[in-house]
Amino acid sequence: MIWVDTIVQGVLLGGLYALFAAGLSLVFGVMRLVNLAHGDLIVLGAFLILVIVSALGLNPFLAALVAMPVMFCLGWGLQYVVLNRTLGDDILPPLLVTFGLSIVIQNALLEGFSADSRRISVGGLEAASVSLGPIAVGVMPLLTFLSAVAVIVALNALFYRTALGRAFRATSDDPVTAGLMGVDPKRLFATATGIAMIVVTIAALYLGTRSNIDPTIGPARLIYAFEAVIIGGLGSFWGTLAGGVIIGVAQTMGAAINPEWQILAGHVAFLLVLLLRPRGLFPRAND
Amino acid sequence: MNALLETRGLTARYGDFQALFGVDMQLDAGETVAIIGANGAGKTTLMRSIAGVLVNGPDEVAFDGQPIGALPAAQVMARGIAMVPEGRKLFPSLSVEENLLMGCFGRKVEGPWRLETVYGLFPVLKERRNNPGTALSGGQQQMVAIGRALMSNPRVLLCDEISLGLAPVVIRDIYAAFPQIRAAGASLVIVEQDIGQALKVADRVYCMMEGRVTLSGRPAELSREDIHAAYFGVHA
Repeated sequence: MIWVDTIVQGVLLGGLYALFAAGLSLVFGVMRLVNLAHGDLIVLGAFLILVIVSALGLNPFLAALVAMPVMFCLGWGLQYVVLNRTLGDDILPPLLVTFGLSIVIQNALLEGFSADSRRISVGGLEAASVSLGPIAVGVMPLLTFLSAVAVIVALNALFYRTALGRAFRATSDDPVTAGLMGVDPKRLFATATGIAMIVVTIAALYLGTRSNIDPTIGPARLIYAFEAVIIGGLGSFWGTLAGGVIIGVAQTMGAAINPEWQILAGHVAFLLVLLLRPRGLFPRAND
Repeated sequence: MNALLETRGLTARYGDFQALFGVDMQLDAGETVAIIGANGAGKTTLMRSIAGVLVNGPDEVAFDGQPIGALPAAQVMARGIAMVPEGRKLFPSLSVEENLLMGCFGRKVEGPWRLETVYGLFPVLKERRNNPGTALSGGQQQMVAIGRALMSNPRVLLCDEISLGLAPVVIRDIYAAFPQIRAAGASLVIVEQDIGQALKVADRVYCMMEGRVTLSGRPAELSREDIHAAYFGVHA
């Protein structure tokens, strides 16, 4: 029974990693942009929610709703003004620029909020749990996982059931021809990053309520997000969820064997998948 | 008289390489104009310049009397010029129907062309509407590419090398759709390597060589020798 419990906790933890990864997956899927500042943007979102909570006295979930449009605009502007200029045949400029952005965000947060670690309080919900048969699961981990599934379902619906999603896929295939169809790729990419920032805000809510945050923890979140995206296969949202779950389960299993092995086990699982399925579990057919 | 679409002294370059040297051409409303010429003559560059894929001086291309040379592709398209690109360029991630729908992305367009009428023009596409666009035969893919461009109900349709790589019988099927496209109100610019086909469908022909127009006129007025000379640069 202890193993069932471990696996369930791992799956729920995987929801958090899938949330970290979903925005990254979206941005990569649409414009082949690897955003090295993704983890720092999640931390930035968490501090934004923290500020809204303390300034307006809002419940963190409502504060996240308030933060979403702000983050959307931030992402839209960031893509339109900065990141669009880095896109091209050369893959190095976006890596360099987002790496720089990562450092800028970390230092700006350090200036603004100091190096103290903080936490967003959800008023006792952190400690609440519900019984699923013989297993007790935390309310927050369960909410995290359900949110992750909801985000993946929503992103899939957006991509495969709407005109905007059709344009995302078409532009990802061939931006020049999409231009001939009346798509302005620069604005479309900005919209994609804006939507990714809404997902980032949801990830930030759970990051900030479930663990302590300080300005330096972004890059470690980026690693988990990256691994989840690669395990799942580039461009597949359900794959990203599966990738997050695999890392989560590997980590809790590793920790159950020896607490020192938690982080390592996640990375080992990632390397194993790379070894056996180099293109990930659910790769897109035409990449 | 004012042409619907006109280029004046159009020049285009790829980096240091100049591809067009002052091309003047006109398309009147209701007309079909064919551009012929050997590989590398600048036909595709001309089409890409008109469509806004290549950006030029504002006054080098005029549509409806308005300068459009400097506009990007999306804005040129919004004004009513659609292109069937060379090599078809279907979106591999999209189904046939989704490819067609991309043609009218982000706008409500009034006009004869919508999904049902495009399926009426090319009935085989309706049967295969849910297949990936790239799973179709070359001729069917070309039909998707033409249908996709029609979905925006363009006033000018640019067709770049639509018969390239297709069997003669398939080419005939595709050209059989053209009278209907013209009757629905579009003016056409066709780039075609097959001179016979071009002379058959066009009201006027421009022959290009090395980035310049070397001959133009109505098919009936052009002799085989003239075309040969304009095409290859030597008299036969």
